[in-house]
Order: sequence, then structure tokens, then C-alpha cells
Amino acid sequence: MDIETIVNFSLLTMLALTVVVLIRMKSLLAIVLSSGVYSFLSAGLFVAMDAVDVAFTEAAVGAGITTVLLLAAISITGRRQTVSKHKRFLPLAVITITGAALIYGTLDMPPYGDPMAPIHTHVAPHYLTQSSEEIGIPNVVTSVLASYRGYDTLGEVAVIFTAAVGVLLLLGRTAKKGEHK
Amino acid sequence: MDRRTSLIVREVCRLIIPAVMLFALYVQFHGEYGPGGGFQAGVIFAAAVILYALVHGRQKAQQILPTNTVVRFIVAGILLYAGVGVTTMVMGGNFLDYDVLLHGHQQAQHLGIFLIELGVGITVGAVMIAIFYTLDEFSE
Repeated sequence: MDIETIVNFSLLTMLALTVVVLIRMKSLLAIVLSSGVYSFLSAGLFVAMDAVDVAFTEAAVGAGITTVLLLAAISITGRRQTVSKHKRFLPLAVITITGAALIYGTLDMPPYGDPMAPIHTHVAPHYLTQSSEEIGIPNVVTSVLASYRGYDTLGEVAVIFTAAVGVLLLLGRTAKKGEHK
Repeated sequence: MDRRTSLIVREVCRLIIPAVMLFALYVQFHGEYGPGGGFQAGVIFAAAVILYALVHGRQKAQQILPTNTVVRFIVAGILLYAGVGVTTMVMGGNFLDYDVLLHGHQQAQHLGIFLIELGVGITVGAVMIAIFYTLDEFSE
């Protein structure tokens, strides 16, 4: 076993353990902090896959900002999860069927890291080989994000913009009458 | 948040916050050469402001960066991004076709990417700060 396999295995094991712990916990505070751990482990996994830009985003957004924002949110809603007294058979059935369908779906996917997978044979080779000439910057991720797919990125920024509009409209104090700062 | 924060926390944050902000600028303007870009830079910058707000209280942070200013930055960033697109259209190209901005092909791409990444960074950073302010204000 090479070092990368060992790193991948231990990260995935810790990821799975985090999920098991997350499901069993009742304190929202602990759940938010554990999901921060989950994000950080994912970031480590992305680094192992050489996807440093994604890892960077996952560490900053998933482990950092999301944790803080969720902590701020539970300071509004309270720290304990309300335990529901309903029967749990229906949700269990839904989750089992959905999970089985998802696993069935992955059977058709190309093996992990397969160089002949459709995603690696379509436009990706063009981006990897031509972008330094066509765009002139070394980071291919930035070339794709900001130039080849600039329109999609504008949409992403619009999504984040919408999130802020939603939060400000629902919870913002500036919406109240006669309060100008 | 009017509780007193411990001296150690305050002094450590005094050291960390400028470094985090500088790192955000590095990630913003170096995204074409290394990992990073507007999204990450915006989040890191927002993290510095949020850390300040956590340590010194939200009101102190709002004295430096009021909610209204943050909201204006949210709009300014996305307008900068879309504005680049509209400018290229006015100059005779397609939407977000940077080549019409400057004569050299690669220079034009550089300029376009620089501007839209800046727009992304401004909007993302301001959105994170605004959401934090709003949640914190609401919880009082």
C-alpha cells in the first residue's frame, strides 16, 4: 500500500466515524462543531485528490464560515434538538429506498480515476492543454471558472447574492419602519 | 455581546486579524497563479471581520463597517461582474467576452478575469458579513 492509499483510507474512515457520531448526537452545538470537523476532513480528502482549489473552498466555507453562521443561527433557535414522538418507519423506508437507488445509480459510473471516463474525454483535455495559450494564466481552475465558464460563475454569485437578500428580508432589522442608520 | 473577552484572546486576535486580511488579499490577487480566487478571498476576509465582531462585539465591528456599507458592497460586487459583461457587449463583443477590452488577447483575458474575480470577492465577503450581522442582531 502506498502512502496515498493509507491517507485516503484513514481520512474516509474518520469521515464515516464523524457521520456516525453526528447522527447519534442530540446537542445542536456539538452537531454544528462536528459538521465543521466533517468539512475539514473532506478538505483533506480533496487535497489528497490534488483538488487544492476545492479543498481551499471547503476549508474556508464549510469548516470556517458555515460553522460560525450555524452557531449564530442556533443562538436564535436554541441548543437542543426536539425529539419527535412520531413513528419512524416511514422515514426509514424512504431513506432505505432512496439510498438503495443512489447506490444502484453509482454502479453505472466509471471506476474512480478512470482516464477514459466521459468527463475526462470531453472538454477537459482542451482546457488542460490549451488554456495556458488561450487565457495565459497558470491556474486552469481560474481559467475555467472566470473565462471559459464566466457566465456560470455570474450565476453562482447571483445565488450567493440571493442568500443575502433572503436573510436580510426575513431577519434584517433595517426592514423595519423609521429606523435609518 | 457586552461580556468582556479575555486579554489573551483579544491580543492574539490583534495579531491574527491583519494577517488574515492580508492573506485574503493575497488569495484574491494571486488566484490566477496559485489556488484561490474571489470566492475563497471573500470568505477569508469575512472571517477576519467576523472574528473581530466575535471578540469585540458586533457593535464595534459595525462602527468600522456598518450594515448599510456592507449591503452596498454586496450590490457593488455583482454589478462589477455583470458590468464587465455589459461593457464587453457595448464594445462589440459577446457578454463577458474579454477580448474586446484590450488589444492583446492574453492581456484582455487577464484584465477581465481580474475584474470579475474582484467582483466575486467583494460580493461573497460582504454577503458573509451581512448574514453574520443579521443573525447576531436577531438573536439579541
